[in-house]
Amino acid sequence: MSAAATRPNEAERYYNYAYLDEQTKRMIRRAILKALAIPGYQAPFGSREMPVPYGWGTGGIQLTAAIIGPDDVYKCIDQGADDTTNAVSIRKFFARVADVATTEDTAEATIIQTRHRIPEQPLKAGQVLVFQVPQPEPLRGLEARETETRAMHAYEEYGLQYVSLYENISAFGRIAATAGYPVMVEERYLMSPSPIPKFDNPKMDDNEAILLFGAGREKRIYAIPPHTRVRSLDFEDYPFEVQTWEENCALCGAEDSYLDEVVLDDAGNRMFVCSDSHHCGQRRAEGHVGPMAGHQLANPVAEDGQ
Amino acid sequence: MSEPSKPLIIVEDLAKTFTLHNAGGTVIPVFEHLFLEASPGECVVLSGDSGVGKSTLMRSLFGNYVPTRGSVRVLHKGAYVDITGASPQVILDIRRRTLGYVSQFLRVIPRIPTLRLVMEPLLENGVSIEEAEARARALLSDLRLPERLWTLPPSTFSGGEQQRVNIARSFIRRYPVLLLDEPTASLDAENRAIVVQLIRDALSEGAAMIGIFHDEDVRDAVATRLFPVLAYKVAA
Amino acid sequence: MSAVERLASEPLLRVADLSRWYGSIVGCRDVSFEMHPGEVLGIVGESGSGKTTLLKCLSGHLEPTSGKVEFDTRRHGMSDIYGLSEPDRRRMQREDWGFVHQNPRDGLRMRVSGGANVAEPLMNLGRRHYGEMRSATIAWLERVELDTSRIDDKPRNFSGGMQQRIQVARNLIHGPKLVFMDEPTGGLDVSVQARLLDLMRELVRDLGLAVIIVTHDMAVARLMADRLLVMRRGEVVETGLTDQVLDDPQHAYTQLLVSSVLQI
Ligand SMILES: Nc1ncnc2c1ncn2[C@@H]1O[C@H](COP(=O)(O)OP(=O)(O)OP(=O)(O)O)[C@@H](O)[C@H]1O
Ligand SMILES: Nc1ncnc2c1ncn2[C@@H]1O[C@H](COP(=O)(O)OP(=O)(O)OP(=O)(O)O)[C@@H](O)[C@H]1O
Ligand SMILES: [Mg+2]
Ligand SMILES: [Mg+2]
Ligand SMILES: [Zn+2]
Repeated sequence: MSAAATRPNEAERYYNYAYLDEQTKRMIRRAILKALAIPGYQAPFGSREMPVPYGWGTGGIQLTAAIIGPDDVYKCIDQGADDTTNAVSIRKFFARVADVATTEDTAEATIIQTRHRIPEQPLKAGQVLVFQVPQPEPLRGLEARETETRAMHAYEEYGLQYVSLYENISAFGRIAATAGYPVMVEERYLMSPSPIPKFDNPKMDDNEAILLFGAGREKRIYAIPPHTRVRSLDFEDYPFEVQTWEENCALCGAEDSYLDEVVLDDAGNRMFVCSDSHHCGQRRAEGHVGPMAGHQLANPVAEDGQ
Repeated sequence: MSEPSKPLIIVEDLAKTFTLHNAGGTVIPVFEHLFLEASPGECVVLSGDSGVGKSTLMRSLFGNYVPTRGSVRVLHKGAYVDITGASPQVILDIRRRTLGYVSQFLRVIPRIPTLRLVMEPLLENGVSIEEAEARARALLSDLRLPERLWTLPPSTFSGGEQQRVNIARSFIRRYPVLLLDEPTASLDAENRAIVVQLIRDALSEGAAMIGIFHDEDVRDAVATRLFPVLAYKVAA
Repeated sequence: MSAVERLASEPLLRVADLSRWYGSIVGCRDVSFEMHPGEVLGIVGESGSGKTTLLKCLSGHLEPTSGKVEFDTRRHGMSDIYGLSEPDRRRMQREDWGFVHQNPRDGLRMRVSGGANVAEPLMNLGRRHYGEMRSATIAWLERVELDTSRIDDKPRNFSGGMQQRIQVARNLIHGPKLVFMDEPTGGLDVSVQARLLDLMRELVRDLGLAVIIVTHDMAVARLMADRLLVMRRGEVVETGLTDQVLDDPQHAYTQLLVSSVLQI
């Protein structure tokens, strides 16, 4: 993150640096600072119209726009992959409006915008992970009244969140919820981690990077500063657990990464591969091989003839 | 015995007049300047024609009707308490511990099994559930209420059966003062005799009673004195 | 608690000169009374007489225009409930009170199962052991005579009477000191109503609960309440022992109210 607002050549630009006007960016930065100061608290902000529909991550895009500077290296992932249509267009957007270098390499990026995943590779101090959040309020499904959920946060009344876990156990014999699994931040604020798989929840705890969450339609920003305690909710007799797989990654053989199931043909053949495409590629480059290494999926970009 | 025992209930200068606000303020004076006492072992039987005010007096003693003036002092937990000026909690406590009442009918009949209904006064006074049940069973047997009825709520019982449940509830424990408003009215001769015996037993154990008995045989068998309510009729 | 202790105890609730106006319309005015632990108080009166307004003021849902409501809270002792901070008041409502609404929709979460509805108050008190809460829920469903095999059904799949039983269980499971009820049997047909009343009467007695119940049905009042407040145009016109008020009403309005009921 560098101070884009004070760039000397700013006046020469035809457009606002990083799309948003400085006024708006300052407003968003103030909300970010407030969110960082109160980890897990949903700070309201004046969300702007963005050139993409809601659901494409307008909240995350506004956050990125408010913090990005020309020296940043930007990465954008969608479901863990750098190469989906969404990820590619958002990356191109920032390359154009913010003049930044882009990357698929997690370690190299200074800002990573994400939907649905936290990269497998541990983040470092100095990195910012920006989440696109469709529904910031973890209690919304159980309590429709905004005044009431606000009071619940204000007074730390979180019994209701356990009702959903209770329902889960009653229905499935275990806590079956897999994504958007609620957490307590610093034992104070209940927070929705956006629709990441609960597999990624433990990565938020004591993370070295800054985690920022933006919900465009709901006009909320919240944050987890570095080294914050993040605990996934559970019951004494039903402790929190993450997903596990029988299989390893078919391409890189990873045993400990989050796997996507890929259906290969009409005959029902399928394979499991890392959802984090960069992580998988890097492992293969390092010489790791899975049982189906060399499969065409291993090299989709080359297949496209680019 | 050296000294006569204290009266358990003392009624002084009692008056009752009904005012019917919605019938043009009609006033129905029933009695006034009424004095009455009952001591342990006494059974005072109220007498007088229909409409003279026997039930009205009885209900006033129980705290069910609000007397126009005067006091009804009951020896409750070692002290005389005026039920006419007492708070609802105190009245309920007096009824729970000191003052029993057998009305002609069961007033409120919730769907509680008969056995449980009869046990209730004991349970409310801290008797264990086992002992309460044993005593309730014994009393219901004495009153010859068929055992198949014990697990049923009394709402569907005959008048005589209901009346025996009612009597059982009031004789299951020794209330120091017992008010009886025609407790034997719907009973046959045999059952009447059983109730007479229950009353005599309670009197000999020191209870004080005030009762209304239309049946002369029953009255003669239990009354220690008669109390003509007409004597306190409001002068027209 | 035995009867003596109950009697000797300090008041649980103390209401002084409570009034609530809706602009120039009176909701209730100058209401004062005390309640002791284990007492069941009935509030009766015709439609529009201010029963619901008074109940809302007493239960912390509607701030009175003037006057005071004090309650013997577990955490703070006798306190002016509107003087407590909002979180303290909400905690008191959660921990010390229950509220059974006339319409189950107002008192239940229709989107979660009957079982979770019953267990929620335990979670609100910080209980975090699923198995224990599940057993407690089953025990309470039995206590309110509901088929425990239907524990995971949504409330909408239950009849009106069954929904009220869920509401009763939900409002008793956490061991409240005082339960408010606004026409709890109002929307039910007569036979269902009678069974629910019997059940509630038994529970209230067994638990030694204090209850404030609003009803316009004198039979409900007689069955449930130890004591009545009779309201008319926002004011309490008569108060006393339930059988006294119903059998020998003193105020013209109460006489009318009682006589308009054929058989009670
Ligand atoms: N709740 C009431 N409201 C108004 N008037 C009443 C009420 N109860 C009794 N009365 C009137 O008081 C008078 C005395 O009635 P009460 O029932 O006490 O007579 P009683 O001596 O018990 O007669 P009976 O032998 O027929 O039972 C009657 O005129 C009666 O109408
Ligand atoms: N929110 C409100 N705004 C204005 N007036 C109100 C409001 N709520 C109640 N009132 C008025 O206050 C008075 C008392 O109403 P309340 O709802 O307390 O009566 P109630 O005794 O509960 O009646 P019911 O038996 O019909 O439920 C009525 O005149 C009513 O119209
Ligand atoms: Mg009579
Ligand atoms: Mg109402
Ligand atoms: Zn892989």
